[in-house]
Amino acid sequence: MKLYFKYMSILLRCQMEYRASFILLSIGQFFVPFLTFIGIFLLFQRFPSIGGWTLYEVALCYSVTHIAFSLSECFARGFDSFSSTIVNGDFDRFLVRPRSTILQVLGSKFEFTRIGRLAQSIVVLNFSLTNLNIEWNSFKVITLILMILSGIFIFTGIFMLGATLCFWTIEGLEVVNIFTDGGREISQYPLSIYKEWVRKFFTFVIPFGTVNYLPLMFILDKVEGNNILYMLAPLFGILFIVPCIFIWNFGVKHYKSTGS
Amino acid sequence: MRTYYSLFKMRLLKGLQYRVAAIAGVSTQFFWGFMYIMIYEAFYSSTSTPQPISLRELIQVIWLQQSFLVFIMLWYRDNELINLITSGNIAYELCRPIDFYNFWYAKLIAQRLSGALLRCFPIIIVASLLPYPYNFSLPPSFISFVLFLITLTLGLILVVAISMLIYISIFYTMSGTGSLLIFGVFGEFLSGLVIPIPLMPEGLKKVVYMLPFRYTSDLPFRIYAGNIGVHEALIGILIQFFWIFILICLGKLWMKKALRRVVIQGG
Repeated sequence: MKLYFKYMSILLRCQMEYRASFILLSIGQFFVPFLTFIGIFLLFQRFPSIGGWTLYEVALCYSVTHIAFSLSECFARGFDSFSSTIVNGDFDRFLVRPRSTILQVLGSKFEFTRIGRLAQSIVVLNFSLTNLNIEWNSFKVITLILMILSGIFIFTGIFMLGATLCFWTIEGLEVVNIFTDGGREISQYPLSIYKEWVRKFFTFVIPFGTVNYLPLMFILDKVEGNNILYMLAPLFGILFIVPCIFIWNFGVKHYKSTGS
Repeated sequence: MRTYYSLFKMRLLKGLQYRVAAIAGVSTQFFWGFMYIMIYEAFYSSTSTPQPISLRELIQVIWLQQSFLVFIMLWYRDNELINLITSGNIAYELCRPIDFYNFWYAKLIAQRLSGALLRCFPIIIVASLLPYPYNFSLPPSFISFVLFLITLTLGLILVVAISMLIYISIFYTMSGTGSLLIFGVFGEFLSGLVIPIPLMPEGLKKVVYMLPFRYTSDLPFRIYAGNIGVHEALIGILIQFFWIFILICLGKLWMKKALRRVVIQGG
């Protein structure tokens, strides 16, 4: 763990060397998703609701997803751009060091410019919470925090799976974007608005449903009956990382160096 | 003219080489198309008041957007050009006895054409086999199809003219990321790729109609979907010509100015 923070501080200082470019990129990272949100906002000017959800409820869903995505993109960037590590042959160096490969790949890259995206999602979160009438209690606060945590784990898991594929394909695959960017876009809205098969896929295969839809029902008092299950749903999302780690280790064993 | 033609052909063939990337792109675009359709379907089912564009027309627009994505997006990034400028290799390019603006213009158009040619047909074919109401269908009349082809071609010429301006700005900023990002994001919004233009509020719509971005993709696609009539389409074509003329003149002038003070980077 100490090593991880050391990696982090080195890379932060490294990126701060190019301050102007850092600030510009952060501002850009703020605006890209923000215009998407403006789009959602404008659509709600025309339509009263989407599948029974209001603008502020969707905004809550949106902000949780984006906070989780920006954090995991910041910390798990090493997996996201893993194909270059393989192509360069840098992965060989990771293997000879007496630390776990996951830690080293995680520590190989941090994308601090995602702070722009994070700021954007916090603005939206604030906007939604001030307009929603939620009776807060400690359970709901815990659930909200769990939602974000679980989201980070799921996105990181997908990045890991994408990186594992690189062991066989060498190149990064654009298809993986369906699950990272696509998953992000899909879970901006509550999953209940989609078709049955999409909902099932994103609840049971890639558990985005446990990050936003199910616990949101609890926070917004939409549940009838058993609250506990809805509250604990994010924990299942966290479990998603376990098979990902197994698959990653399996991939590492099959790694053949590309040399040079 | 023959120089540009052969340049164009070379780039086209080069782009057609990357077939696997194209297949991956096609499946990704299908996913996005489906997602947008589902989202808009949910929005439309929440109200019974008629909207300025019907869901059926919107589905046509979404499929067209997905299949011609390479045609219409502003941020189609040409790293080669950016590297030329920032690494100083542009000096070689300037030695060639042809006009630099036209040279890059031909290259950029070919790049977009090859990208779109590979991707648009599979998406259109599969999308038209889908069950009603999600399928992609024929335009309402033959005239609107012809008008669609004309406006799409003019739109391509226009979008490349706009992106040339972005590239020229790199002569000043020396880094593509900033200007590409800002231009790309706002341009995309203004050309109706984030939310369809008919669904925007009236005030914003007026602004969008005054800017060139809308004429790159929104106009041809809505003509195809039958949302824009023949009369309005003809006026749109005139406005397209107007913008193409203005932007290309502007680009050439700006390029001349930029080249006069160009600093060759690197050693």
